[in-house]
Amino acid sequence: MSTHNVIVIGSGPAGLTAALYTARANMKPFVIEGLEAGGQLMLTTLVENWPGVRDGIMGPELMTEMRAQAERFGAEVVRGQVSAVDLQAHPFAVTMSGVEHTARSLIIATGASARLLGLPSERKLLGHGVSTCATCDGYFFRGKPIAVVGGGDSALEEAIFLTRFASSVVVVHRRESLRASKIMQDKAFANPKIAFEWNSDVEHITDDGKGEVTGMVLVNNKTGARKTLVVDGVFVAIGHTPNTGLFQGQLELDPAGYIVTHMGSRTSVPGVFACGDVQDHTYRQAITAAGSGCMAAIDAEHFVDGLPQHIGDPERAAEIAESIADG
Amino acid sequence: MASEKVTTLTDTNFDQSVIKAAQPVLVDFWAEWCGPCKRLGPTIDELATDYDGRVTIGKLNVDDNPSVAGRFSIRGIPTLLLFKGGQIVEQVVGLADKDSLKKLIDKHV
Repeated sequence: MSTHNVIVIGSGPAGLTAALYTARANMKPFVIEGLEAGGQLMLTTLVENWPGVRDGIMGPELMTEMRAQAERFGAEVVRGQVSAVDLQAHPFAVTMSGVEHTARSLIIATGASARLLGLPSERKLLGHGVSTCATCDGYFFRGKPIAVVGGGDSALEEAIFLTRFASSVVVVHRRESLRASKIMQDKAFANPKIAFEWNSDVEHITDDGKGEVTGMVLVNNKTGARKTLVVDGVFVAIGHTPNTGLFQGQLELDPAGYIVTHMGSRTSVPGVFACGDVQDHTYRQAITAAGSGCMAAIDAEHFVDGLPQHIGDPERAAEIAESIADG
Repeated sequence: MASEKVTTLTDTNFDQSVIKAAQPVLVDFWAEWCGPCKRLGPTIDELATDYDGRVTIGKLNVDDNPSVAGRFSIRGIPTLLLFKGGQIVEQVVGLADKDSLKKLIDKHV
């Protein structure tokens, strides 16, 4: 199998924008979708802050368009999940379904996945009333009381969405004020179906013996008081963790597990670039992910352009790569 | 488009096709409106071809068949249940890749 100019791992806004730009640079990018193809936007509803689309666009539709646009210019997007990468030698090796693919440059856009609370009862009840995806599972809770755990934009978006189905939605939050943006807070406070439990930690979700959610036990972290909330569903929206398991020990990661980038999208290994939520715990927007995907594409293009033809010589390639990284 | 090797399961045929089945049965609980279910679809089709004659691969639409979905307290999809001898031996909630599903199935065939 021939060596690709660039392999893009991930197919959210970062990965597909990187694919679009490298495709238009005639690099014929090989894009590995990953398990959660299309990324987090696939689980959202109306995206109202994507510039240029005045009335908003549905998340899945936006991702379908991005993918088609990248493919139109020659990106090869394949279904599959990367099981291993080798960044120690050049060209880099990426293993998928037991097959090794090699590339002169690599763009990592593996994103972040929903975080869970970490309670044993939560794990057991996942799919039986505990969910991390309102748009997937909200439908099962028509006319039923539910809770959303979290206090950010995602938590409120889920809570507002879930009022379409649920009889009531209680937002359970650890603090006494929300992290969410003002516009989301206003929407949530104005919604008659949404109530709040402040300063509340989730101690336990019942009833793991019965195999379905019947409620949750909350502890007030100011007073220590316990209370039981009777709900049929618990939606966990407490943030995300970066998908960097594949790169541990090979790339510099920060203490929270995010890939450290410098000078645009460069990682600690020359020729390996990162974009989107896998390297961003600050902005985490579709538009910033797409923007960083564009940066990674341009960085990868410059890197590959500067590579010598005798790519088989890893020492020479590393030297060149280093000189490029040093600017 | 579901592969023809995939069995369509319903409230009516479930006991006969799954609980009383001689060979293991993997049941994919899904619905039209579920994006992740659609992403899992091609993987399910491929498994049906790979395990043809050894494991029955079935799909159950939770909207059309609320009785079975209720019986197993399915409140999130996609959910995959692997049945052997009428008992649930494996459960996967959410998306999974083909390799890890094969590993799971291979433990029981």
